[in-house]
Amino acid sequence: MLARTAASLYWIGRYVERAEFTSRLLEATIRFDALSSRPAGEAAWDSALAVAAADQGFDATGADRTAANVSRYLTLDPANPGSIRSCLDAARSNSKSVRTALSRDAWEAINRAWLGIRQATSGGNYATLALVETLRAEARGFEGALHRMLRNEAYFFLGLGAAIERADNTARLIDVKYHLLLPEGEEVGGAVDRDQWTTILHTVSANTAYRWLYRDQPKPWRVADLLILRRQMPRSLLASADEVVGLLTALAKLRGLQGEADRAARTRQATLANSTISTIFAGGLHEWLGCYIVENARIDRLVSTQFRFA
Amino acid sequence: MPRSGAYDEIWGASGSREGRPEFKHLADWIRDTDTVEFDRRQAAAEAAFRQLGITFAVYGQEEAGERIIPFDIVPRVFTAPEWEQLSTGLVQRVEAINAFLDDLYGAQRILKDGVVPAELVLANAQFRPLLMGARPPHGIYAHICGIDLVRTGPTDFFVLEDNARTPSGVSYMLENREAMLRLCPELFQTYDVLPVDTYPDRLRETLESVSPRSDHPVCVLLTPGHFNSAFYEHSFLADSMGIELVEAADLEVDDDIVWMRTIDGRVRVDVIYRRIDDDYLDPLFFRPDSMLGVPGLLAAYLAGNVTLVNAPGTGIADDKAIYSYMPDIVRYYSGGEAKLPNVETYRCREPQALQYTLDNLADLVVKLVDGSGGYGMLVGPTASSAEIEAFRAALIAEPHRYIAQPTLALSTVPTLVKDGIAPRHVDFRPFCLTGADGVSIVPGGLTRVALKEGSLVVNSSQGGGTKDSLILAPSRQTIDPDGMHQTLGKMSQTMGRGMKPMQSMGRR
Amino acid sequence: MRLSILHRTTYTYSQPQTRLMQLLRMTPSSHIGQHVVDWHIDIDRDARLRYRRDGFGNETAMLYVDGPVDTITLTVAGEILTEDTAGIVQAANEPLPPLVYLRATPLTELDEGLASFARDLAPDASPLDRAHALNRGIGERMRFDTGTMDVERAAATAFAAGHGVCQDMAHVFIAGARVLGLPARYVSGHLFRRDGASDQPAAHAWAEAYVDGIGWIGFDPANAICPDDAYVRVAVGLDYREAAPVSGARTGGGMETLDVGVRVALSQIQSQG
Repeated sequence: MLARTAASLYWIGRYVERAEFTSRLLEATIRFDALSSRPAGEAAWDSALAVAAADQGFDATGADRTAANVSRYLTLDPANPGSIRSCLDAARSNSKSVRTALSRDAWEAINRAWLGIRQATSGGNYATLALVETLRAEARGFEGALHRMLRNEAYFFLGLGAAIERADNTARLIDVKYHLLLPEGEEVGGAVDRDQWTTILHTVSANTAYRWLYRDQPKPWRVADLLILRRQMPRSLLASADEVVGLLTALAKLRGLQGEADRAARTRQATLANSTISTIFAGGLHEWLGCYIVENARIDRLVSTQFRFA
Repeated sequence: MPRSGAYDEIWGASGSREGRPEFKHLADWIRDTDTVEFDRRQAAAEAAFRQLGITFAVYGQEEAGERIIPFDIVPRVFTAPEWEQLSTGLVQRVEAINAFLDDLYGAQRILKDGVVPAELVLANAQFRPLLMGARPPHGIYAHICGIDLVRTGPTDFFVLEDNARTPSGVSYMLENREAMLRLCPELFQTYDVLPVDTYPDRLRETLESVSPRSDHPVCVLLTPGHFNSAFYEHSFLADSMGIELVEAADLEVDDDIVWMRTIDGRVRVDVIYRRIDDDYLDPLFFRPDSMLGVPGLLAAYLAGNVTLVNAPGTGIADDKAIYSYMPDIVRYYSGGEAKLPNVETYRCREPQALQYTLDNLADLVVKLVDGSGGYGMLVGPTASSAEIEAFRAALIAEPHRYIAQPTLALSTVPTLVKDGIAPRHVDFRPFCLTGADGVSIVPGGLTRVALKEGSLVVNSSQGGGTKDSLILAPSRQTIDPDGMHQTLGKMSQTMGRGMKPMQSMGRR
Repeated sequence: MRLSILHRTTYTYSQPQTRLMQLLRMTPSSHIGQHVVDWHIDIDRDARLRYRRDGFGNETAMLYVDGPVDTITLTVAGEILTEDTAGIVQAANEPLPPLVYLRATPLTELDEGLASFARDLAPDASPLDRAHALNRGIGERMRFDTGTMDVERAAATAFAAGHGVCQDMAHVFIAGARVLGLPARYVSGHLFRRDGASDQPAAHAWAEAYVDGIGWIGFDPANAICPDDAYVRVAVGLDYREAAPVSGARTGGGMETLDVGVRVALSQIQSQG
């Protein structure tokens, strides 16, 4: 496979995942904003910017941090490289240049999502929710198309990009909640706090899963446990780590070669599998997540090098 | 109305809708099928094309401006004798084109013998002096030629233009056939149509046959990228040949060898089917500002380590200034008269021809020899007198830059238009492959149709559409001893499919 | 004369390059009046050179260098025996008929000013005399700037500016000669300075025109003479781009700085003898 083709597929995986995550984030934020009294509701939009790593970019636009402005910036702004529109532009452009490596279904799902966002205009929360709903449907369509693809190199690179991106998104989501959001003086376990945890679970579609696993109200350490260490939870850090290892192993089998990326991914998986939530909290969750994000970025670089993306 | 006296290929010259005897059934089918049904099928075909992404980008518009070329549901049909006439003429012409190129970049006998004026070739920008003496494998330069033909009567075919650089449109030949097989299967039960879907295999065999290395040659298709208007065709062909579709950034030249970058390291490339113009191929040797090219590619070519398909420098063979000499060129290399004539052409550089042109501007088409895409062209019958006078002045000032041709009564084919089926003018581009074993032509081609009534302009950018072009297998009725016509008809169709469908002829 | 030539080119990059590729047209060939006694190309680091003659008859070399490279020096040196042939070039390797050299190229494009200048010089004279008139005329109309030639500009632009380096003046001559129907080409090479200035900041360039019955004749509009035994021809082309000593491509970004030094002197053997 051409190195450029592999790189494009990997980035399609990342961009589609990012677009989908941002959609969920918006949906959850709108919900939280509606549930909460001021100023917690407004703070929800700050948190959305922080989770999407779009703080500085947004401030550079000079716009006020209103719900409408933030929501537009995260969905439609072409100047925001992480906006849903920009992600879909990039995913579609990559898809077009590697059309023959993608299944027709997968291409069509991306093309439809791209057409959808091109036609979208910014409106109120209702319009945003409608857009988000459409995009999530397309993302599900894309996932479905992936599952029907041949388990060949193309499939593995798409999945690899998505898994790396997912790990980054989930880690940042937990981190922001723990260290940026909790208003000072607000009690852990209070009403605002409970709503925020629910929002997080919502963002990763894990509300029901949480209830099934813990039969309890959202509690911070349990949410962290779910999102970090539960293999059953597809968006958890451990599940993503498992997936990266699995995909790299499949590629290694096909090519008869493995390298630094394989070793780093396996080390991460093993470390994570042997961790408990209490040891993680003992060392400081923020520090732990920071290390995790850095390690994830390192694996991304190792993948690029190993498969000669550049 | 079509131009007066236009020959209709299905209905014949009479203008009646009974159909030529060979096409009685087709004429009945056209007459008996409900227009609503035709509309439905045509819409289904176009929806499929859109979904597949068989689009062409319109330059200067956003990506939303991707359009599909209109597809017409009524096919064009050639009988076996008609195809025989065409294909032998095409083989002769394509062989002459390659012999001409081999001569021009070698001994230049044809110039020394004065058959073609030397300065017309040598001072022409399409002749690449840098490539003098560089002979590609087997002396083949134009591996893929698209010859544009027009027709004015039952056996009157003319070459309108040769395309020896990077002719496009073959994906329409293939996709149109797929659409017809799905949407009008009944036609293929009646008529024994030769298949076109062997083209990708034939193209791959052609590429492999000209490889500088014989063991498992690696062939790739080089595209300028997905913003190019023909990108769909590039990816379609690469995919159906099972070869990599590469961009310039995927290739690098080292030590006069071309390599492609893969996830497992670099892989040596032997043959490049390039869909990038000469000028942009290599910034080191040609246009230094090219971002689409591969630095050093020409060095690898000159070293004989990679074959470029088509070879650089073929533009001289299809240049408008050379076109009028093609009958002489064919005669010079084949020793016989051209089986496919040119459209009569007046070279305004010659005083007599200039005088004739000036006297008959209102009836002629006048073309700039170094223009393209309809620029610098006068269509006498539809031009205003001011336009004619402006051209007269230009002609007198620089006569050597112009040629003139009569306006032809192009043939028509029944076509689905707003208010039913009506005759529309067509042209035809078959694709001729030249490999180590000679010339082969898949029985088919791209028929372009001018959808506007009376229009002779078939270009897709100006509202032209495409049709499937069916070539009928030679009749097998001679092996029909005891009246088992039906069965044999069915059988011959099967045989037609299993047969090697190409007209293959050895090179001299 | 027996000339000793040393042509050194150094490229320095602001950041290391991963790969370099250069097409070198730096090797002279022998013909009547010019005999190559000895010639070699030296690269100051590991490199691969592939030699080949191009369509114009030039001896070329493709140079491939793997990175990281932050600087590279190419040194070409050798000895040439020259004789004065009054500018006439005979028995050179000429794969192309002269008519090739009638076409305009981007760097030899004309405007009306340059075209009429060429046409109006000695309009009734023989082709040879018109070429001489053009050569002198350019010297009168244009001031010769010494210095390095690093800007590519079209003939008409340089002519209108009224001054230029030897490359510009050669382009003006070529464009003018083609207007007169004379095939003309660009020559890059070296010049021995009789004034003792053996160290020069750049190689030289001039032009040649083809006159029926005689053949290719050199014209150096920068010095308003025809080349003599002080000139060494290295490469020819339709214009600078096809005859330039180096055309390069590099991977690695950043800026490139170029330093060229040319030394053309009488060979020691001769001076001692």
